[in-house]
Amino acid sequence: MSTYAQKKGAGAVIWDFLTTVDHKKIAILYLIAGGFFFIVGGLEAMFIRIQLAIPDNNFVSAGVYNEILTMHGTTMIFLAAMPLVFAFMNAVMPLQIGARDVAFPFLNSLGFWLFFFGGVFLNLSWFLGGAPDAGWTSYASLSLASEGHGIDFYVLGLQISGAGTLIGGINFLVTIINMRAPGMTYMRMPLFTWSTFVVSALILFAFPPLTIGLFLMMFDRMFGANFFDHTMGGNTVIWEHFFWIFGHPEVYILILPAFGIFSEIFATFSRKRLFGYSSMVFATVLIGFLGFMVWAHHMFTTGLGPIANAIFAVATMAIAVPTGIKIFNWLFTMWGGSIKFTTPMLYAIAFIPSFVAGGVTGVMLASAAADYQYHDTYFVVAHFHYVIVGGVVFGLLAGTHFYWPKMFGTMLNEFLGKISFWLFLIGFHLTFFIQHFLGLMGMPRRIFTFLPDQGFETGNLISTIGAFFMAISVIVLLINIIMTSVKNEKVGNDPWGDGRTLEWALPSPPPFYNFKQLPLVRGLDAYWLEKMEGKKGMTPAEPLGDIHMPNNSFIPFVISLGLFIAAFGAMYRAEHSWGLPVLIAGMLVTLLSMLVRSVKDDHGYHIHKEDLIDDNDKGVKA
Amino acid sequence: MKRLAKWRLLPLFAVMALLAGCGEPFLSALKPAGEVAQMQYDLMLLSTAIMVGVIVVVTIIFIIVVTRFRRKNDNEIPKQVEGSHKLEMIWTIIPILLLLILAVPTVAATFKLADVSPMEKKGEDGKTEAVVVKVRANLYWWEFEYPNEEILTSQDLVVPTDEKVYFELKASDVKHSFWIPAVGGKMDTNTENVNKFWLEFDGKASDEAGSLFYGKCAELCGPSHALMDFKVKALPRDEFDQWVAAAKAVKEPKQAETAQAQAGQEVFNNSCIGCHAVTPANSTPEQARMGPNLTDFGNRSRVAGVLEHNEENIKKWLKDPEAIKPGNKMTGKYNLSDEEIDAVTEYLMGLKVQ
Amino acid sequence: MHADEKFTYETWPAAPERATLEAKNKFLGFWFFLGGETVLFASLFATYLALKDKVPTAEHHLAKDLFEMPLVFLMTMLLLTSSLTSVYAMYHMKNFDFKKMQLWLGITVLLGLAFLCLEVYEFNHYVHEFHHTFTSSAFGSAFYALVGFHGGHVAFGLLWIVALMVRNSKRGLSLYNAPKFYVASLYWHFIDVVWVFIFTVVYLMGMVG
Repeated sequence: MSTYAQKKGAGAVIWDFLTTVDHKKIAILYLIAGGFFFIVGGLEAMFIRIQLAIPDNNFVSAGVYNEILTMHGTTMIFLAAMPLVFAFMNAVMPLQIGARDVAFPFLNSLGFWLFFFGGVFLNLSWFLGGAPDAGWTSYASLSLASEGHGIDFYVLGLQISGAGTLIGGINFLVTIINMRAPGMTYMRMPLFTWSTFVVSALILFAFPPLTIGLFLMMFDRMFGANFFDHTMGGNTVIWEHFFWIFGHPEVYILILPAFGIFSEIFATFSRKRLFGYSSMVFATVLIGFLGFMVWAHHMFTTGLGPIANAIFAVATMAIAVPTGIKIFNWLFTMWGGSIKFTTPMLYAIAFIPSFVAGGVTGVMLASAAADYQYHDTYFVVAHFHYVIVGGVVFGLLAGTHFYWPKMFGTMLNEFLGKISFWLFLIGFHLTFFIQHFLGLMGMPRRIFTFLPDQGFETGNLISTIGAFFMAISVIVLLINIIMTSVKNEKVGNDPWGDGRTLEWALPSPPPFYNFKQLPLVRGLDAYWLEKMEGKKGMTPAEPLGDIHMPNNSFIPFVISLGLFIAAFGAMYRAEHSWGLPVLIAGMLVTLLSMLVRSVKDDHGYHIHKEDLIDDNDKGVKA
Repeated sequence: MKRLAKWRLLPLFAVMALLAGCGEPFLSALKPAGEVAQMQYDLMLLSTAIMVGVIVVVTIIFIIVVTRFRRKNDNEIPKQVEGSHKLEMIWTIIPILLLLILAVPTVAATFKLADVSPMEKKGEDGKTEAVVVKVRANLYWWEFEYPNEEILTSQDLVVPTDEKVYFELKASDVKHSFWIPAVGGKMDTNTENVNKFWLEFDGKASDEAGSLFYGKCAELCGPSHALMDFKVKALPRDEFDQWVAAAKAVKEPKQAETAQAQAGQEVFNNSCIGCHAVTPANSTPEQARMGPNLTDFGNRSRVAGVLEHNEENIKKWLKDPEAIKPGNKMTGKYNLSDEEIDAVTEYLMGLKVQ
Repeated sequence: MHADEKFTYETWPAAPERATLEAKNKFLGFWFFLGGETVLFASLFATYLALKDKVPTAEHHLAKDLFEMPLVFLMTMLLLTSSLTSVYAMYHMKNFDFKKMQLWLGITVLLGLAFLCLEVYEFNHYVHEFHHTFTSSAFGSAFYALVGFHGGHVAFGLLWIVALMVRNSKRGLSLYNAPKFYVASLYWHFIDVVWVFIFTVVYLMGMVG
């Protein structure tokens, strides 16, 4: 028995997760934290729907409603969808390219802890005088006028977690370029890996404008600067530009990994190679590229003038083309296939019409002149929930069911999975379809109440009922997770039986070094190719040898903690004398721990060949 | 799966049925009541038609796929197809053509809606032929200034029907957005620059809507964003001219008639006049116009933009504005007894320009 | 090649900054990081251009009143020279000449420090002579944000290089620390390039009016 897989106490497990640099454990951390924030954001959504169930409702007050709607959007995008996407990228991508870990395991851990502390900081606002209340877009004039510290929490929390995301993006880019297994050429990479690659590039170029926007906001609110104060020469439209130069790529950052997950699922459960693989890759890259050219379609009514509006309208419409290519390629992947309706496949199948509905309203919104009507109404709310829930959330739920056995070694219950699928699907359409019409009938978004006799009653009530379906569905999913975790029936390498890519050639969950010997990749769907030739596993590309592994480290946690402390100092600097010392102390904690990391040599360690042979006999039998 | 597929078609029919007209005529973008709204509605119909076409194609393939290609036998291995250049060309080129069909009228409409040249054509007196309204959005109330007529009003916008009305939009505190759904799309009121656009109010549609369109703020602006409503009285040209003449005739604050109203006027002059003017002249600077102009208050359609216009509601509003519009700027600026509120209410109800 | 291997002049690889997988990752990752930094600075440049000379009242000084060529030119020369000296340092690193590398890095640090001192003097000058501060106008905010952000990068770069020099002073070169020196010099070049743009966009274009 090797020393690496001993039974540990609870304290040791926690310490292990606090210090881990293993991409699979970090994936689990992202999944848990993202799942937690998903539930928090979901509760906020339920409060919104309850408040709007009937006209003139008093469930929450106007000010609190604005806080809830802001935190719902911010939480769902930054603290739920992003980390959940990162969970799957971390869990699957290194396995798919045949790597033993990501390029920078230390930075991977740092990225997680930055996100986590940023998210906790943001949510502490509820207990420390009120949450941000200017919408997740936090447009400058309103967010500067907002009293209390809500917006400060938003600015600092997102700054910290955004830094974590940026680090993650760079890490994945380098991993995919440098760490692919022998034979894993770019055009043999699974589509989920491709979408991770493109998304990481988007993160690299989209997050810095947000960083700057948040910096400017922070300086304006906390240090007396005047970037957005028009009486001092400032200009609030700068914020709008920065926010959307980030914000539009951001939605592709969320949807492309979902596309990647669906591509894997369609191919797997149709038992068919992805139709038009190269054009799928091309479409992914093109969507990523065009994603940077269209931000001003969020600002059609800002008054940029007809030339800008027309250019951005046409550019936006162009995105429909690569997206359409993808939809048809998925359909034709299934065409002639052998479709098995597992829970992940049900989500994937339901995704197509749901996402098409969201996509076509996207084209309608792109039509600038007509958008003057849609803009900032429930039509927009319906549109982006169709693409984000119908696309991203379906993708994440599909991915959860699909990759659960690979991450945890046990399957989720299929029966409960299908129940939660149907509840979610029905609830989703019930909630959001009607909102298109509410918008067209004159209901602006972000209103805490509506008055009777304007024709909004029925639609809102239906929408609220739908939301309850989704809530029940998530509860069923949670029950499913708890039940199956308690039972913990172990599964083998390829529990779905139709696995195509490298991760299914490994035990579930894989050993911490992933591949004992790096596999030789001979084509797209590498594992499928071997299976079709009657082989049980991958052909190794190297003789058995020592494996170099990185050491665990507590430093990422401390670096993030330092920024977390400094953020409190920055926020309370103006009104409390302890603010400035705390700000400096926090920054010192961060900088000193960075220095420690820098001057302390960390060469990692080696797993010796003999231990690996040992493992083969006793340990991870599949 | 079949059930699922049929169920999918339902929304399609619903789109058709609902787009054909729903919502209230005074509020719904689906009941266009003017040239701008009509152009936008036509674009909506065009894009919906194209998109429904796309949805139909996807749905047909979708239904075939999920019904015909279910796994029947656990050992079957389908043929591994790489792709098809011909098919891929088809679903690249056809969408491009469809988008062009939408893009051309979109661009044309975008430019047409942005054409505010009549606003720039000023005569020697600095006035324009076209009707111009300067809209100033404030935390939860709207001010409408008529620079040609040199008057202003608040909350109830008065415009002539069947001609283009040009708007200059601006916010005095935070960003808002000016939107009259039935008459046309919105435009933001920014804090640092003036936005310009035009609308046209259709006479016939105005009659159907009871000459009163609902206007809304469409940009989150604070707690009472949902309540930042205004109303639009769209009048035939001659009635509009009469209203303008009547308003211009008010040079001095209108004197109260009854004893109680006179008492109210006194209270008003002591407690309220610092923010609220009762003459319509636009000569005071913007910064001094801190509250809605009340010259035509007696003719308003709503109290505070949201409550039905009657004495009871005025009293309710004056007593505790915070309960009605959280975060408004009037709360706590005055201290009136119940009797004083009654008196002021009576006085306010008498403020009418015609 | 392992990171802890001992080397001589003869066995030292031609590209020590990319000789191990860790080094390759670091090298590539750092280039991506610089890509992100480029967008960061581009955003600040955009902000500056949008808010240049945007002041609340006529009493405030504009770009054309503030900047003086001799000082800025001297600063530019210092930073450009420091970039050149860091190239020498990397040349000696590749030739496994640790002492000379340290020497040239030392010169780089001194030049960078001189630049930073002049920048502090410059800011001080604007604040006291012209009352042009971070909070006096949108122009002031944008100017100090852009130039100050660059100055912060210079300061961080100095600390970084000094930390590397001190830490490795007794240990000499290895494949473990060679990529560290290399990316630090890469960072220094990047800061230099950004300054060239600041010199052009802020100072030259500012003086023209």
